[in-house]
Amino acid sequence: MSTTEEKEQAVAENEQAKGGDEQAAEVAPVKPGTWRFLIPIAAFALGFMSHFSLGWVILPPILYAEKQQPIDFSHKLHVDEVGDCEGCHYFREDGSFSGIPELENCAECHEEAMGEDPEEAKLITEYIEPGKEIPWLIYARQPQCVFFSHAAHVKMGEMDCAICHGPIGDSDHVRPYQYNRLTKYSRDIWGWNIAGLSKNGWDYLKQADNSGEIKIEHAARMKMDDCAECHMEKRGTHDACFVCHK
Amino acid sequence: MKEAHHKADEKTYKFGMVIDLDKCTGCGACMVACMAENNLPFRKDNSDRLRSNLWMRVYKISNGRSFPDLDISFIPRPCQHCEGHGHHAATPCVSVCPATATDYSHETGIVSQVYTRCFGCRYCMAACPYHVRVFNWWDPTWPKGMSKYLNPDVSVRMRGVVEKCSFCYHRYQRAKNKAYAEERRELHEDEYQTACTQACPAGAITFGDLKNPEHKVYKLKKSPYAFRLLEKLGTNPKIYYVSTRDWVRKAGDVYLGKEGKDVTHA
Ligand code: HEC
Ligand code: HEC
Ligand code: HEC
Ligand code: HEC
Ligand code: HEC
Repeated sequence: MSTTEEKEQAVAENEQAKGGDEQAAEVAPVKPGTWRFLIPIAAFALGFMSHFSLGWVILPPILYAEKQQPIDFSHKLHVDEVGDCEGCHYFREDGSFSGIPELENCAECHEEAMGEDPEEAKLITEYIEPGKEIPWLIYARQPQCVFFSHAAHVKMGEMDCAICHGPIGDSDHVRPYQYNRLTKYSRDIWGWNIAGLSKNGWDYLKQADNSGEIKIEHAARMKMDDCAECHMEKRGTHDACFVCHK
Repeated sequence: MKEAHHKADEKTYKFGMVIDLDKCTGCGACMVACMAENNLPFRKDNSDRLRSNLWMRVYKISNGRSFPDLDISFIPRPCQHCEGHGHHAATPCVSVCPATATDYSHETGIVSQVYTRCFGCRYCMAACPYHVRVFNWWDPTWPKGMSKYLNPDVSVRMRGVVEKCSFCYHRYQRAKNKAYAEERRELHEDEYQTACTQACPAGAITFGDLKNPEHKVYKLKKSPYAFRLLEKLGTNPKIYYVSTRDWVRKAGDVYLGKEGKDVTHA
């Protein structure tokens, strides 16, 4: 290949281009490079998409870690056995809520294996026989500075458990527990949804009521904003901090 | 939105205290009870006033005379839960907080402090005329094993935040929780009492709803011997003190010399 040939060609092209330029200027007032306005738009779109996917797709799995519950507990099976929720989740005399039942409760029925289920075997050998409490992971656990009253909502507010917790009461299996690696808070109280783009937990239940079926798998969000939004709606109050904090 | 702080039909309280200074012996039981109740850490030498954090502090004042005429008085001083007059931002600390870490509840009349919101600028400490606010220069520590005995109803504060007396607000929450479980809303006077009130062996502290004629404080605060600290500042505090001694009442308003000779207390 000869370089002179190339050079000549380049010069010729250059001249052609210049000439073309002059011609274009004569024919129509369209300037070359008008398409350049697309560069910032394309750059913005590219930047937006890359940061958008960074924030929505890549970061969450980095930020949230996942753990499994110690035992795969079936609410559906046990609610049928026990009859109601109060058999395990009840109010104590001083108004406090019992929360997740203690091992003693399980031992009432599971002193000896009733079935073949390996989870039941695990329950007996790892917890009931050594008398060790099961370290359940609590999806709804709030930070230490938060005060929550089940009595206010369940007794006075006559609210259903699923309004806040989602359909845990009818589940067959426990779902994984996700928590924020930095704060160690459960994801349920912090961020299933970003910027409130999907609706609040109690709205899901409304949808479920209409369609007759609960569609959501995740429990409701129990962020401060969620609590405050319902309080505004139901109680008409813009509460002082010390209603929910301690 | 600010006006919608509470519904008109909702029961509101105005919790406050009447402290009888003639009964107070300065024993300090209230301070100890307060520390235990509210998870206040302590140091080896807690008498170092620059370093110890107390929510309830007992001050000692004297009439400055010599022997046969000498008289002393102790002044237990929790947070005064100032209401101010009219607008709620008149509470000195609340009005200066840039983080809304402290606010005034119109339901209870209690000034709150949310420790996780506070970033430690300490404007509120400068604004408080009563020095009730204290700063955590260190993370709290307890002697080995003692952290198991912390009160789970009160959150522990971290280094770098301001804290103060909350009128044992968690006891109000607990009392209400119990009431809700029994499906009632009203609280009896004795269902919500602060730790210092219950600990005082002399019965000098009385706690209750200042607005409720059936509560003991309602009558006590009307005593002609009742006064409040630095009343002339217009902070409208909810701690009333009672003393039959003239000089004590005057000291409560920090009179200098002849100042205030013709000021009368309401
Ligand atoms: C009222 C009696 C009763 C109580 C109380 C009870 N269970 Fe069960 N549980 C059963 C029965 C019945 C089965 C079914 C056994 C079978 O046939 O496999 C079962 C099955 C199980 C299984 C295996 C099946 C599955 O997938 O869930 C596990 C695990 C289990 N229970 C855990 C617990 C734990 C944990 C507790 C305490 C919170 C508890 N149970 C309390 C009656 C009870
Ligand atoms: C046999 C006892 C038993 C019965 C009956 C029972 N539960 Fe549970 N519940 C448990 C145990 C054990 C856990 C902890 C494991 C888990 O999270 O699933 C739990 C956890 C929960 C949680 C999760 C709390 C959290 O945030 O981690 C909710 C909500 C709940 N139960 C609701 C219900 C409802 C609603 C019913 C009645 C329809 C019910 N339970 C009946 C034993 C029971
Ligand atoms: C208004 C929302 C709301 C409703 C309604 C509600 N809960 Fe909860 N629940 C919470 C929150 C918030 C927590 C976490 C409390 C905390 O960490 O202090 C919680 C915690 C729990 C826990 C774990 C508590 C523990 O400490 O072990 C269980 C179990 C539970 N709820 C069951 C129920 C059941 C059963 C019902 C229905 C009778 C119910 N909840 C109704 C919001 C709600
Ligand atoms: C779906 C609506 C709803 C949600 C979500 C909700 N609340 Fe409530 N809450 C209520 C209602 C209604 C009441 C009043 C009940 C009554 O007194 O009749 C109430 C009362 C309370 C009380 C008692 C207030 C008092 O004046 O004594 C506390 C504390 C409280 N809620 C905290 C919370 C916290 C914390 C959350 C979030 C984790 C939350 N609530 C979420 C509806 C809700
Ligand atoms: C209706 C109940 C409610 C009220 C009223 C409320 N909070 Fe919260 N707050 C919560 C809940 C629930 C959380 C925990 C979940 C979260 O972080 O969103 C929380 C969390 C917080 C946190 C973060 C704590 C942490 O450990 O991460 C701060 C700070 C806070 N609130 C400050 C305030 C202040 C200041 C006010 C008064 C202006 C206030 N809150 C009023 C319910 C409430």
